[in-house]
Amino acid sequence: MNIYTSRKVKDRIMVSLTYLALVIALIPLVSILLETTIKGVPAINLQFIAERIPPLGQPGGGIGPAIQGTLIVVGIASLIGVPIGVFSGIYLAEYPRARPALAARFLNDVLTNMPSIVIGILGWTLIVVVIGWSVIAGAVALAVMMIPIVTRTTEEAVRLVPESIREAAIALGVPRWKTTITVVLSSAKKGIITGILLSIARISGETAPLLLTILGSRFWFSGFTEPTAALPLAIFNFSKSPYSSIDWPKAWGASLILILMILGLSVVVRYFTREKYTGK
Amino acid sequence: MKRTKKFHDFFSDSDQRPKIGFKKKITGDVLFRLFTALVMCNIFVILGLMIYKITEGSRLSIETYGLGFLWGTKWQPFPPMPGMAPSFGALPAIWGTLVTSTIALLLGVPVSLGIGLALSEFTPKRFNYIVSFLVELLAAIPSVIYGLWGIFILIPYLQRNVYPYLQRAFGFLPIFQGPLYGPSVLTAGIVLAIMIIPTVSAVSRDVFSAVPNSQREAIIALGATRWETAKIVISYGRSGVIGAIILGLGRAVGETMAVTMVIGNSFNMFSSLFEPGYTLPSIIANEFTEASSPPVYISALIEVGLVLFVLALVINALARFIIWRSTKIARGAV
Repeated sequence: MNIYTSRKVKDRIMVSLTYLALVIALIPLVSILLETTIKGVPAINLQFIAERIPPLGQPGGGIGPAIQGTLIVVGIASLIGVPIGVFSGIYLAEYPRARPALAARFLNDVLTNMPSIVIGILGWTLIVVVIGWSVIAGAVALAVMMIPIVTRTTEEAVRLVPESIREAAIALGVPRWKTTITVVLSSAKKGIITGILLSIARISGETAPLLLTILGSRFWFSGFTEPTAALPLAIFNFSKSPYSSIDWPKAWGASLILILMILGLSVVVRYFTREKYTGK
Repeated sequence: MKRTKKFHDFFSDSDQRPKIGFKKKITGDVLFRLFTALVMCNIFVILGLMIYKITEGSRLSIETYGLGFLWGTKWQPFPPMPGMAPSFGALPAIWGTLVTSTIALLLGVPVSLGIGLALSEFTPKRFNYIVSFLVELLAAIPSVIYGLWGIFILIPYLQRNVYPYLQRAFGFLPIFQGPLYGPSVLTAGIVLAIMIIPTVSAVSRDVFSAVPNSQREAIIALGATRWETAKIVISYGRSGVIGAIILGLGRAVGETMAVTMVIGNSFNMFSSLFEPGYTLPSIIANEFTEASSPPVYISALIEVGLVLFVLALVINALARFIIWRSTKIARGAV
């Protein structure tokens, strides 16, 4: 009898430990979201969103240029990264046995996990050296981060399209490339959009590559070859400030705005992908 | 009909699907295939550019300091006496990267494996959906916000409620001695542990889910408890779990902003975990924009990037290879 009870007890303990692991992982999440909300909400008002960034230690002002800069840099990065990523993904999914595809898939995974600061260095050596700290350099760096993610998710989405749909189109005499562009892509639309949104969420919070490419500034956007501000950089600079009562609340306010942007995207992604999970 | 091998054949997979369609329509297919293939080549171009540009950028430093760069302990871009040459040695940062990643794995991996196991074996499916979402949110939070949270919430908490007790209990060990700095190697390790949880738990959940049900059924039929079944699942997915851990290591090694904000940024061959330190990515983040004057300074920082690039390449390639092999075996098995 004894061995059965001990096995039962061990079972209970170990299973509860795995549940405990879940709880432990949620503590930092809850703490981060809660503290950012509590400390960020008092800092946010219309002036905070719309006005220019003041020098460190000077009260008032806002983070307008940082929001603007993030939108512009992420926007250009998406313009570069989305088409490249989507077409690469289509190639990998539609011609999966081609020899370059095997290597590309592997290297794509390696690139996805490349430290962001290394991509920042690439942006610096490639563009900043030539035209200086600039919006373009930042956008290219972020596009390089984005491409592997979009490629991967597009590939997976296109793969999920059933072969029967392709055959139906081909049976009607549609050439294969047209089948891919129209029929396959429209069935894989949801998955591809999800991937794009995920990658945008990921790059809009990136700081390290921007530090080495757009440098950061306090002023409004003034041209594609000029440095610009960005939300993550503003948070970083405010957090380094010695003026705790003036600048730290601004860091929290900017964090709250950034988190809301990113979580908003994540929730939209969940909305797109929901039936994939609830079906079971 | 035998055809001569053409350029586009290299990018095609001729045996994948039957060739359907009329001869004149093949042109569109060929063009489309070539176009997407060329776009796909960006992956090779990006990687090639990285290797070329980063090696080229660090050449000056490599020529000046040679291999001594890797084990030099003096990082002096601006020498104290005029006329002295600046010197660069990255060992303190390599040491910092090594120690913080080890702490991250020691603390983060057990929690992540627990989550992976719970999600694949124990929790009801409905519950899975929400929990997976929450764990993914942990991955969605930007690293700079982890840093901010680390500075203003975690550090004060640890300094007040954890570190003093840790020192009282384990102070006889050299790694827990000395004054308690808030920004320290241990704090960075803890933040990294939190940051690798989403990666490691998601991959290990997938690895465990890929274990065929016949394995579970066999041991359940012998009267095993849930935990005993889980043990079989773990041993079956062992190599995949190792892949997941290495992937987490890759994340910990490359993480920049959060670490920069909580590690204290000092060139220091620390022996106590309560001391401030430096990691490879945080030197670059911290000094790059100010490193304009001696050209060798920038070059040295790029060489730090080169070391990091090689590390990340090896770690990620290894992890991907192991995961790829193990999920393949798991799927192919009975």
